[in-house]
Amino acid sequence: MELLLAILAGVLYATGLYLMLRRRLAQLIIGLGLLSNGSNILILAAAGVTRAKPPIIADPPLRADQFADPVPQSLILTAIVIGFGVLAFALVLAHRVHRSAGSDDIDMIGPDRL
Amino acid sequence: MLLALPILLPLGTAIVLHMLPQRRRLLRVMAFVGALLIVGVAAVILGRVRSEGIQVLRIGSWPAPYGITLVADLFSALMVVMVGIIGVAVTASSFSGVDPRREAFGYHALIHVLLMGVSGAFLTGDIFNLYVWFEVMLIGSFVLMSLHRTRAQLHAAFTYVALNLLASAFLLTAIGLLYGQAGTLNFADLARVWPERRTPGLDAALSMLFLTAFGIKAGLFPLFFWLPASYHTPPAAIGALLAGLLTKVGVYAMIRVFTLLFPDPTASVYTALLVMSGVTMVVGLIGAIGQHDLRRVLSFNLVGHIGFTTVGLALWTPASLGGSILYVLHHMLVISTLFLVSGLFLRQRRTTDLRVLGGLYRTQPFVACLAMVPLFSLAGIPPLSGFLAKLAVVGPMIGQRQYALAAIALTVSLLTVLSMTRVWEEAFWKPAPDHASWPAHQPRLGGAILAPVVLLVSLTIAFSVAAGPVYGLAARAAQQLLDRDGYVRAVLGEGGQRAAR
Repeated sequence: MELLLAILAGVLYATGLYLMLRRRLAQLIIGLGLLSNGSNILILAAAGVTRAKPPIIADPPLRADQFADPVPQSLILTAIVIGFGVLAFALVLAHRVHRSAGSDDIDMIGPDRL
Repeated sequence: MLLALPILLPLGTAIVLHMLPQRRRLLRVMAFVGALLIVGVAAVILGRVRSEGIQVLRIGSWPAPYGITLVADLFSALMVVMVGIIGVAVTASSFSGVDPRREAFGYHALIHVLLMGVSGAFLTGDIFNLYVWFEVMLIGSFVLMSLHRTRAQLHAAFTYVALNLLASAFLLTAIGLLYGQAGTLNFADLARVWPERRTPGLDAALSMLFLTAFGIKAGLFPLFFWLPASYHTPPAAIGALLAGLLTKVGVYAMIRVFTLLFPDPTASVYTALLVMSGVTMVVGLIGAIGQHDLRRVLSFNLVGHIGFTTVGLALWTPASLGGSILYVLHHMLVISTLFLVSGLFLRQRRTTDLRVLGGLYRTQPFVACLAMVPLFSLAGIPPLSGFLAKLAVVGPMIGQRQYALAAIALTVSLLTVLSMTRVWEEAFWKPAPDHASWPAHQPRLGGAILAPVVLLVSLTIAFSVAAGPVYGLAARAAQQLLDRDGYVRAVLGEGGQRAAR
């Protein structure tokens, strides 16, 4: 499972960075989205995937292999929320850039073209 | 509770600013008072850290490695004081007028959101929390940068947003990998367990990831190109806020993370940082000399001088780190002042293009003399703070026989003198060219407009006069940074033992 997630994270990073290097704003934003999802998957994979165990420490205390580590899950949750907000902002900004410049080609809207 | 106040105060101010009736005068006073309170609280924290050592606050009383801890050592406390000072100057500059459209969109509240993010980043003792504060601060700065709708500003804002989000993704990646191996996020706990759990390969990869992420934020070569492409477009007050605070958060985070997690000065990452710092100085200043717009000159100077602040970390001695800290403090103050000075030109002539400025010495000698202080301080002319800060950075280089580096730093200082005297000569000294683009009515720069600049200039002078005590503080802060056991003990308690999981 970790292997699968690692490959998935790698694919997401690679496509994300590739899209960010393109010239169109829309692709850049999709690239950013993929990149942040890639890092979420990476956190999950790096912290170790625990199958079918609750992320709860019970009383009496469980052994380390009897529960899932809740921290990576909360990290991912936080990162998803932040990523969502930031991406929404970037999308609106790109929309405004597109509207004011009439193009979503980064080379066409550059300050040199003013 | 005290340590949470630099975060809670701007949060509270931002909320109140949103709820108050949208009357300009009220908002401005409220924002200004909020910033003043930050300075007050920060000064109390600094005093306490000075007399009692590292201060720790466990949020929600969760014991250290589990909950979020706020930690203030001397370095953090000094930085939070600077946050307050720059906040006061920037909010004070709004009294003389802000674009009403910006004000209607929550300009004042956003400034406080930004201040909250920066204070949080300086005070947190948890690496994931650091990432969260980075994002808070970024969202504040994103909105502040893109509040205006001209095409150049939107384009600049987009460059800024894209590159900073990329840096955040790198940071998050590094944090995820770090947690996977170390199993903890608390700085002190990481400093304790990372030397045992690290593997050489992962250690090198992580340090490089952190270097890239913080390098983008700080504006190090070859990662700085977003900075001069975006910092010259927002209004001067916002420029001052971003230039003074945001890049320094990158430097701060770099120093904090590297001193705690990668305490091996022979690691290849420090060689990389050394080379990057040296090249940053040179490229930044060469870039500055090729520019004609004052705010672009300042942006390139900002980049170039970031090299001075990171080089001390790369050299890794108490003296060099102390020099870096002093340089960060000096540079925050001076570069913000200069961005506010560029606002004076915008106000009077609606441009910061040096080619069409001029003649201000004749009409307003006081402003010219005022601007001389930060310009020559940045250039490093004695006895101003820039000279003393440069001395504190270059001295340890010579002590460590890094002669080539010292030569680079001194040459770059000369280039700064060139760049700054050119600014002064072109903007103030040369006769005013007759220019059609000037507004017909050029307002005189009076009390309310000059007040924030006067405030920062007098602080620069005070900094120069009190350089001895300030350097003493910086040197102590550096020693605290290098004393990792002291940090771990302060946060995790005596013995640094952690309850069994």
